Amino acid sequence: MANTISTLNAEALSLESVSLWSVTWKRLLRRKSAVVGIFILGLLIFIALTAHWLAPYDPTASMLDIPGYTGQATKRLPPCIHLLGCSQEEPQHIMGLDGNIRDEFSRLLYGARLSLMVGFATVTFAIVIGTVLGALAGYLGGWVDNAIMRVMDVLLAFPSLLLAIAIVTVLGPGLINALLAIGIVSIPAYARVMRSSVLSVREMDYVSATRSLGGNAYDILFRRILPNALTPLIVQGTLGIATAILDSAALSFLGLGAQPPTPEWGAMLGSERNQVFTAPHLVFYPGLAIMLTVLAFNLLGDGLRDALDPRLAHVS
Amino acid sequence: MVTYIIRRILLSIPVLIGILFATFALSRLIPSDPCRAMLGEKATDIVCNEFIARHGLDKPIPTQFAVYMGEVFKGDFGRSFRFSLPITELIMQRLPTTVELAFAALMLSVVIGISLGIISAVRHNSWIDVVTMLWANIGVSMPVFWLGLMLAYIFSLTLKGTPFQLPPSGRLSPGLIPVPFYEVWSLDLVKGTFAFIIADFVSRMQVINSILSGDHKVLKDAVQHLILPAFALSTISTALIARMTRSSMLEVLGQDYIRTARAKGLRYRAVILKHTLRNALLPIVTVIGLSLGGLLGGAVLTETVFNLAGVGRILYEAITARDYGIVQGFTVVIAVFFVVVNLLVDLSYAYLDPRIRLE
Repeated sequence: MANTISTLNAEALSLESVSLWSVTWKRLLRRKSAVVGIFILGLLIFIALTAHWLAPYDPTASMLDIPGYTGQATKRLPPCIHLLGCSQEEPQHIMGLDGNIRDEFSRLLYGARLSLMVGFATVTFAIVIGTVLGALAGYLGGWVDNAIMRVMDVLLAFPSLLLAIAIVTVLGPGLINALLAIGIVSIPAYARVMRSSVLSVREMDYVSATRSLGGNAYDILFRRILPNALTPLIVQGTLGIATAILDSAALSFLGLGAQPPTPEWGAMLGSERNQVFTAPHLVFYPGLAIMLTVLAFNLLGDGLRDALDPRLAHVS
Repeated sequence: MVTYIIRRILLSIPVLIGILFATFALSRLIPSDPCRAMLGEKATDIVCNEFIARHGLDKPIPTQFAVYMGEVFKGDFGRSFRFSLPITELIMQRLPTTVELAFAALMLSVVIGISLGIISAVRHNSWIDVVTMLWANIGVSMPVFWLGLMLAYIFSLTLKGTPFQLPPSGRLSPGLIPVPFYEVWSLDLVKGTFAFIIADFVSRMQVINSILSGDHKVLKDAVQHLILPAFALSTISTALIARMTRSSMLEVLGQDYIRTARAKGLRYRAVILKHTLRNALLPIVTVIGLSLGGLLGGAVLTETVFNLAGVGRILYEAITARDYGIVQGFTVVIAVFFVVVNLLVDLSYAYLDPRIRLE
């Protein structure tokens, strides 16, 4: 007992003002899987930002339309890598050419841009709407709560990809509609997280204090309650980006998302899927890219969940 | 227990009505008028007025919804303008393939997932644990359509000529025509009766039908065609189940009563399977129930990749042709199926954890 008290004292004495984020970052770096996630994600962001410099060719241009192109412009040309013994006379295409004689590698690099954008855009959309709905439900309670949460229950009752497919069918195929559909489908998760956070702190003393000091609903909700809900929202959001990228790739694969000639990984894979036996490289690389991106967000999300979990604080 | 079951069933009714309303609303949100969306741009005004009157589209929305609900309860989802067949009939034809695929995938993921999870938890931090968790992380990030295509490439092209060669597409090899088991058993079923509908549904699940009718050739072929799609489809849920089993087992393994059980001399195997797994099962069952939704959604992709004539394939074709009736009908059926499964999961909690039914 005495021992515990002295440790506590020692801890209290050494307390400095450390922000939650620097602590989280340090804990995150201690997890190998999270570091791998951060590394892949960093690489992806770098590729997305510099795709126009890194890409050797225009992602939407056929080799036939490139002036002074000396190589053989054949459909679905297998990869030609100089280091691996491809003739120096041939222009290098490290991932080959696609069905429209475009450079697969360039398209893949530009695809990173699109996938990250898709992930962030849908999750931002879902978080904004989900948090507002969840906050209203939790804060107002009563019939508002009931109405909002029953609608969320119905949305959750559908398998998410299927509901997204049904929504896109109505809205019409296209990248924006696909994003909207995936966004709508993922709203309930955030609404639930926000609602339960609101419920758990609504009756706390510091919230009552704000209320008795004359704080209005806006102050209470966004200054007092929202910061408390931030941790689960961030974890949910990071994992949500992974799901959003996977689902939007699936929609594009089915021809419901990004339309040609947009260099989107799911669409690239979908348009060449019947050629898997003759040109496996056109299926392999886009799929690998999707998997690595989704993996990065999943690893980061899992890492964040552990790093932000106060029950695991003793680990640090 | 009975009151718990009844209450739980009553609670899912509003959700079911909500599902119907959502699909109803989706069909009414179709841009441009529904008549030309269904019959094509060239439909004349006379045809369209007739169409609107016939489908009651000139009535108030609540009336339309009531009519729609009534039709759905009678099992009537309207007709598909593309196939000129009642949608219910199409569903009954296509659903067995999807159910068979999803069920095979579920079995695979439950067996593999739980076994891997147990091994990982028991050999915590060993190489097998590290490899399993690494693989599980990759598994949850796997685009099933990509994995499906890669498996098809490896097993039908790279391994061609080896005993591991597997067919990359279709439900049965061309030329094989399975005989429905009720014909083999010479059951005299009248078309349209409930017994016939059930028997017909079951007979369309090739593995079950070939077992029932004792056709070994078809059975072998049907299983061979099922392996790749089922494996591809099962990946994500296997990974989720393995992860949940591991963490849930680890939590229970740390409990005092596990040490007590070991201390009083129980065999390790008994402690793991009876004391630990039984108590770790609740969150695992939750994940299994939840992953079924993913399996049904993933089935659309898997069927497209492997050319299986199930719900997914027809849904895909219906989307391309803008056959809304089919999309609507299938969405309702699968959502209702999903609700029922979640209901069963909730009921199984009450079985697994007596505290819940006493609440």
